[in-house]
Amino acid sequence: MAKKPRKPTAVEKKLVGVADLVITAAEKRKDPTIAIPVRALSNVEFNERKGLIEMGKRKQARSFFNVGMAKKFMQTVLVADALSELQRANLTTSLREIYYRTKHTIKDSHENTLDTQDESDPIIEDLEVTLTALREELHVRAENAGSIVGPVVFVDDGDRVDCTRLGKGGYSVPSIVEPEYLQIARCTADFVLLVEKGTQWNRLSEDKFWRRYNCVLLTGNGQPPRGVRRLARRLHEEKGLPVYVLVDNDPWGYYIYSVIKQGSINLAFESQRMAIPKAKFIGLSSADPESYGLPRNVGIKLNDKDTARARELLGYTWFQKKPWQEEIKRMLASGLKYELDALANKDFQYLTKKYLPRKLKEKDWLD
Amino acid sequence: MGGMKSSPPAPKPKPAAPPPRATLSAVEMGARQREISVSEFFTKNRHLLGFDNPRKALLTCVKEAVDNALDACEEAGILPDVAVKLEAVANGGAAPPPSQATRFRITITDNGPGIVRQQIPPIFAKLLYGSKFHRLRMSRGQQGIGISAAGMYAQLTTGKPVQITSRTGARAPAHYFEVQIDTKKNEPRILEKKQIAWESPRGTQVAMEIEGRYQKGRASVDEYLEQTIIANPHVKLTYVTPEGETKEYPRTYEQLPPSPREIKPHPYGIELGMLLKMAQDTKSHSLSGFLSSDFSRVSPAVAAEICKTAGLSPNARPRDVHGQAAENLYKAIQSTKIMAPPTNCLSPIGERALLAGLYRQIKGEFYTAVTRPPAVYRGNPFVIEAGLAFGRAPEQGEQAQPKKAIPLAEGEDDKDDHELARVIRYANRVPLLYQPSACAVTAAVLDTTWRNYGVAQSRGSLPAGPMVIFVHMASVWVPFTSESKEAIAEYDEIHKEITLALRECGRRLGAFLRRRERAHSEFRRRNIFELYIEEIVQSCNRLKGGRLATAKLKDQLLKMAAKITGGGKTDELLGKNGSGPEGLPHSIIVTPEGVEGEVPVMVPNGAPVAEEPVAAPSAPDAKTPRKTKDRASPKPRAGRTKKKR
Repeated sequence: MAKKPRKPTAVEKKLVGVADLVITAAEKRKDPTIAIPVRALSNVEFNERKGLIEMGKRKQARSFFNVGMAKKFMQTVLVADALSELQRANLTTSLREIYYRTKHTIKDSHENTLDTQDESDPIIEDLEVTLTALREELHVRAENAGSIVGPVVFVDDGDRVDCTRLGKGGYSVPSIVEPEYLQIARCTADFVLLVEKGTQWNRLSEDKFWRRYNCVLLTGNGQPPRGVRRLARRLHEEKGLPVYVLVDNDPWGYYIYSVIKQGSINLAFESQRMAIPKAKFIGLSSADPESYGLPRNVGIKLNDKDTARARELLGYTWFQKKPWQEEIKRMLASGLKYELDALANKDFQYLTKKYLPRKLKEKDWLD
Repeated sequence: MGGMKSSPPAPKPKPAAPPPRATLSAVEMGARQREISVSEFFTKNRHLLGFDNPRKALLTCVKEAVDNALDACEEAGILPDVAVKLEAVANGGAAPPPSQATRFRITITDNGPGIVRQQIPPIFAKLLYGSKFHRLRMSRGQQGIGISAAGMYAQLTTGKPVQITSRTGARAPAHYFEVQIDTKKNEPRILEKKQIAWESPRGTQVAMEIEGRYQKGRASVDEYLEQTIIANPHVKLTYVTPEGETKEYPRTYEQLPPSPREIKPHPYGIELGMLLKMAQDTKSHSLSGFLSSDFSRVSPAVAAEICKTAGLSPNARPRDVHGQAAENLYKAIQSTKIMAPPTNCLSPIGERALLAGLYRQIKGEFYTAVTRPPAVYRGNPFVIEAGLAFGRAPEQGEQAQPKKAIPLAEGEDDKDDHELARVIRYANRVPLLYQPSACAVTAAVLDTTWRNYGVAQSRGSLPAGPMVIFVHMASVWVPFTSESKEAIAEYDEIHKEITLALRECGRRLGAFLRRRERAHSEFRRRNIFELYIEEIVQSCNRLKGGRLATAKLKDQLLKMAAKITGGGKTDELLGKNGSGPEGLPHSIIVTPEGVEGEVPVMVPNGAPVAEEPVAAPSAPDAKTPRKTKDRASPKPRAGRTKKKR
């Protein structure tokens, strides 16, 4: 790294702060301790005014001279070191690579610094919340697990990407979509439709739904990755597009919607940059089987896990609105869940030709 | 039926005429009916007696002969010296290697009381002949089938007779017999008898040639003998393997088990048929006399009470009681409160002897033994004993360590051996090697929650770890699931006793493991910090762009580590503050520094030795024995010895 001297980034300074903390503590003969905000339901608050989940003030201490925490503390310092290396080299990397980079056998022992990736991943999240640095700022990226198609033009590494000319497959949403990396050059769409399932996104893309209804189609293949959420948020914020979310009718679909809208419990501090409080839930609603005449036999019986999860959702502050309580209770009462794919029971193109047009026309969505 | 097809229009075929069948008249059938002798029955059903396959047959023959030898010695009050010799025999041509051989000559010699001349033929060549069946006394053999069945097997497979040499004392002559069974009559046939000169002053030697297979491992002769020694530490055994190797198992416990007494049956354990038979055979002239003299725990008062409940006269002649009256009597017995049977008829191994046996035969770090108080099932008294040997011997542990220096990949871990505990089962001191899954012992081991005692155990399987679990049932009548005596039947009372014994062993093991854990944890704590400090210092240095005074930071952290884990305090915790295997009765703990607990002391001349109290190691550096000091201030708990290995 014998480059010309460059200014350390803000994030890099924060990472070096971890080392300083150890040095200062040792100097004062004190147990080195990092205060890490608690990432749990008990430490999040729903800010009703902003419509966001925000992280509370509770922190937990991670000290080195404590048998239970010594190893985690060591791992935290190790990961901080690896992250600062990324900063200096100006590279981005994956969670898995961080794991491999920090894994080695401790001198004179049979013990590895880390045994599985399950140990390093939460430490990266710990550092994110502790240093209030986004994962993108830490130069850690996830898989490109999302796709976009529609009347929007991006500039990515100097290349113009026109999402109307990318066929059925669309553009693969990178995991870091901050303005430094990805610019929105032009966008003429009227709204964003965020689809949970890749299969249904394919259906809409193949049917050129976006052309007829002038919208951007976005999918995250399940729980949308950060890149997809962030991009939806940017389109919403910078281009003023309303965002509609189309998910399966099950507790997990509801939760996906709520993460897009209010943010997640685990990384609540990122809500401010990720969440889209005005996002609307367009379907599949538990009222749809009746209003769209879906036969009962395409439903799936709720299992115990589904039921338990649904009950949990009923308790979340951000699901307290009356229509939402009704929505979830209606699902519990029917004892059934429905996949988006079940619409194919009526017609292969039912989603494109009937369901969504009627939903949009009737403005039949939940807030 | 074939003929029917040619006439399709026939709506319903007429039933074909039944083929002419040989019909038999009762007279003709009667001519074919005749008595079956036991010997003939068992010739056809030899699997019932444990001769299912050649490998098992070899074991069964050795087992029967050894069991008889031990029973005889113990009954005569002689410390047993038994020699077992197996030789591969050529079946035409040169003798094949033992693993290939199909014929073996088995020779078992004991120093027992010998057998009087007239009894030799029936004992070895008449099924169901013996001294043990008709009395309720704890012994290895029960029915009087075993050794004669072995002889019959020999006769069946090789045609060779059983050869017996026996001498009842130095002044008596030694008799040599060759006998076979007349299977039709179940009577001995003497082929040869003579007086010979024999080097032993007293004892019996049995030799037979059988078809068998010799294979080491599970349920082998070797395993049987090793396990026998564990439960019978008072036996001296010499074993000459088919390979010609001589294995010596010295006596480790110089005391004969107390001789078990014979008891009368307890009324609760009797079935109606048996009651009737006893009433026929009794010498008493009155019902109350019969009850009080032929059963244990029936006093005249209790006998009177039984008669009253049954509505029978106490003076009725026992022989006249049958039919409804007998049934009433039987019911009355069951409903009357009778004291549990006496338990002096049992001779458990005893905790100390068991411990000695385990310690000698199994390498480990921790041993413990439990003898339960006597209990009763169906009127039969029994005692359950359990023992544990846990861990690997320290020497083995040290050898195993150095080869684990390779870095571990994901998914690997240090404790990659999933060895399961071994359960060794005994009934009246005889190892049970077959059918573990049908046995009450296995069921009880599986039912015990070993995880409570710090031992891993997955659902429905044996506990994991380097561990041997020993369970012994001593009873006047062990309820086997079959005649070949392979598994103990599951009576609730037996299951409960085994479980209680195992739990006690488990508790002691748990205490041992926790204690060891505690001693090591402080040490490991300091180690952990030292290990990680290096990593942290290096990381901090890189974070600071390589401009950190690493030595200084490391030094500061190391000092704090030592302070936090408390140098002196740790050493104190590591030390055993002089109290030995604390709170663990009848246990032995083996550490690299020495052995604590009730260790049997071996003395060359083989005389019984009183154990001398010696200090338990008080600190890891206890290289200087502190005998003198301890003698001056004897500890309240006697019998603890320390022995350098």
